[in-house]
Amino acid sequence: MTIEFETPKPIVNQQVMLKTVAENMMRPISREFDENEHEIPWSYVEFMHMAMKAAGGGGGLTVTEKPQEGDEKRPPIGYQKLAAQIEVLAWGDVGMYLITPGGGLGAAAVAAAGTPEQKEKFLTRFNSDIPTYAAMCMTEPGAGSDTSAIRTRAVLDEKTNEWVINGEKIFVTGGDKSFTHYEKLGKGFIVVWASIDPTAGRAGMRAFVIESGTAGVKINKLEKKMGIRVSDTAAISLVDVRVPFENMLGSATVEKNNTGFRGAMATFDATRPLVAASGLGVARAALEFLKEKLEENGVKIRYGLPRQKLSNVEREVIDMEIMLKSAWLMTLKAVWMADNKKSNALESSMSKVKAGDVTTKITQKAVEILGPIGYTREFLLEKWMRDAKITDIYEGTGQINRLVVARNILGYSGKELR
Amino acid sequence: MYSFEPNEEQQMLIDVVSKYAENDLRTSSNENEENKELPKKLINKGWELGLLQASIPESYGGFGERNAVTNVLALEEMAYGDLAGTLAVLTPSLFATPILLAGSEEQKKNYLPKIIAGEWSPYTAALIEMSFDFDPNALKTTAEIVSDKIKLNGTKAFVPYAKEAHEILVYANLNGVTQGFIVPKDAVGLSISEEREKLMGLNALPMYKVELRDVMIPLSNRLGGASGHDFELILASLRLGSASAALGVAKSSFEYAKNYAKEREAFGVKIAQKQAVAFMLAEMRTEIEAMRLLTWEAAWKLDNNKEDVCVSAYLAHTGAADMTMMVTDRGVQIYGGHGYIRENPVELLMRNGRGFAMLLGLAIV
Ligand SMILES: Cc1cc2nc3c(=O)[nH]c(=O)nc-3n(C[C@H](O)[C@H](O)[C@H](O)COP(=O)(O)OP(=O)(O)OC[C@H]3O[C@@H](n4cnc5c(N)ncnc54)[C@H](O)[C@@H]3O)c2cc1C
Repeated sequence: MTIEFETPKPIVNQQVMLKTVAENMMRPISREFDENEHEIPWSYVEFMHMAMKAAGGGGGLTVTEKPQEGDEKRPPIGYQKLAAQIEVLAWGDVGMYLITPGGGLGAAAVAAAGTPEQKEKFLTRFNSDIPTYAAMCMTEPGAGSDTSAIRTRAVLDEKTNEWVINGEKIFVTGGDKSFTHYEKLGKGFIVVWASIDPTAGRAGMRAFVIESGTAGVKINKLEKKMGIRVSDTAAISLVDVRVPFENMLGSATVEKNNTGFRGAMATFDATRPLVAASGLGVARAALEFLKEKLEENGVKIRYGLPRQKLSNVEREVIDMEIMLKSAWLMTLKAVWMADNKKSNALESSMSKVKAGDVTTKITQKAVEILGPIGYTREFLLEKWMRDAKITDIYEGTGQINRLVVARNILGYSGKELR
Repeated sequence: MYSFEPNEEQQMLIDVVSKYAENDLRTSSNENEENKELPKKLINKGWELGLLQASIPESYGGFGERNAVTNVLALEEMAYGDLAGTLAVLTPSLFATPILLAGSEEQKKNYLPKIIAGEWSPYTAALIEMSFDFDPNALKTTAEIVSDKIKLNGTKAFVPYAKEAHEILVYANLNGVTQGFIVPKDAVGLSISEEREKLMGLNALPMYKVELRDVMIPLSNRLGGASGHDFELILASLRLGSASAALGVAKSSFEYAKNYAKEREAFGVKIAQKQAVAFMLAEMRTEIEAMRLLTWEAAWKLDNNKEDVCVSAYLAHTGAADMTMMVTDRGVQIYGGHGYIRENPVELLMRNGRGFAMLLGLAIV
């Protein structure tokens, strides 16, 4: 090992291509789909599906790297590639990045907690000819950060060997595209977290795959949001929903250890730096726009001067650059650790804490500095500020990730530090 | 390739430096500050770790090649022990490293072997000036070419070991450009303040004001020889020196605060179990990591001749200085009233932590 910061060639090449996608397929329609919430940008969806299939990816934006033969010394960079992809797509439009076809968090849950048969059964569909989605339903009206408080229940009907699920889920990203039948989309699914034994707490929690169209599932509404409006966020009710026994991911026995829940948490270690990357893409877009506008108006940033000689605007921009660059390096380190099979719970959450902070700060400051130019809907900057805020909320709020970091550095359990 | 782990050689170096920092510097830090003195034995022991020696090629008497990343790692580790001690141990680098980077062949041959041959010996450099908007690229100390000589005028501040120094590398403004000049201790017109500088922190490190009044030196004493040198990369190296030392100071305060928070009780629980404290610690750790990576990247750019290294070093230094103030302030906060008492190390760390915004030129990688 060594300390090195040279962007690997495959990533450099991929970024050039994706930047074209961001500039030509995303930016031009960004505003339209922000103003027309709940419309679907089919041009982007279909283009991305085709492009990813052509690139041999399949399954959407996932770690696609196959084990290398021959040249075995080259270390894996799958997660690093993915983080870089997400960053540049989010630079284009983070809401649209979220509706890039594929399994998303639903497939991630299957990949983390499923048996080989389940993976085969549920994941191959993302490779088909038409765009297909999956979503993950953890959050409930009464249980957000505190996932142990979920009330959705799954009870085994021994006669039919089916699980019967009842409950209510909210804020499901991609819930509509994963569950509702659309002619242009393949058959998707939602992964629902429910308890099979409420007395067992977290140890009783399991994830269930519910296929699109299953009876008893109802999409109650699509939320109207501050930002990322092109990404559908569904509220879903489950009334006596029946799924086959084998749709439960992992093992049915309630063990003392919380393997089920740990599966969910392991997913977060992998996905938090990716969410960080998505936020940082938006922040970079905002900072670049800010610098561009300033330069058009004759303000050049004089790097190298002591603070005392800089204007306030210059100082703000310099501080924003420090934030953005360092947050990106933290994200890279977290995914680099994932690629190299190093345990990264601490780095993963630190990258999310940092990205949540800097993404909101940078976009909000950029709007402030540009005044009316920042606030007008004539430009995308105001939208980016609205889009950015979600980075500090989902996949663990800033506070929850601070808790994870603090527990890690202090060696505390969840009980010792709540 | 991205990669975030020191190589084997670097790890070995970190381990020895860490031992010295932990056993020698950290244990004596407060006492030295109070006594306003650094024992020569302590400095020599640090010198013998060979950080500077390892940066200098064999042809000039050293045993290695300068690697900025390695120096960043070592400096953070040593400064974790104590800032004044670290700056003292590495004072000769302030003179030697610029010569290594930008000196003429003659200057390298003349100075490098003799600096690193034996025990620690006082060679130093003078960059800082006493003005609120001190700017290394717009110095008030002037250099003027007068036929075959150079005339220096101005006053330098915070010059470590100036009193005992054999030679001082003085930075001055030559027609709007910063250049280094080697000034021997017996130069006419050079005077060193009787009294040591008195600062908010760093009281163990002897520093002086250096005044130059029509000091005349030969053209060949200009760094790089008669035609001079580029200052940019020296400045970037100084910025990274400051940034890495800042990381060490921040890490030290963070570690003290973390351990204290796990011991100290209030309202029936450890204070670390209170979110208000735990979140401070989480943010301290996060920000240290952020600035560490920014510093590493800039150092890597320095080693690999990347175009934007100067901006990167500037950003790393600016960010690390802010971060260290934030972290060392919280170190005191987490100790509460006890943090305000000088026998607790977080107190000195906060005073030292403030210094990085202005102490450019006291460490180099
Ligand atoms: C657009 C969008 C998309 C989403 N997508 C999904 C999805 O696909 N799947 C899914 O399952 N969920 C999704 N979520 C839900 C998201 O993960 C939750 O909103 C988030 O975890 C916070 O939960 P909450 O909203 O219930 O807030 P609460 O948990 O009620 O938190 C409220 C406030 O209290 C703070 N807080 C809570 N607990 C603590 C604590 N222990 N210590 C200190 N502070 C605390 C929080 O940080 C927050 O500031 C999405 C949400 C949104 C808005």
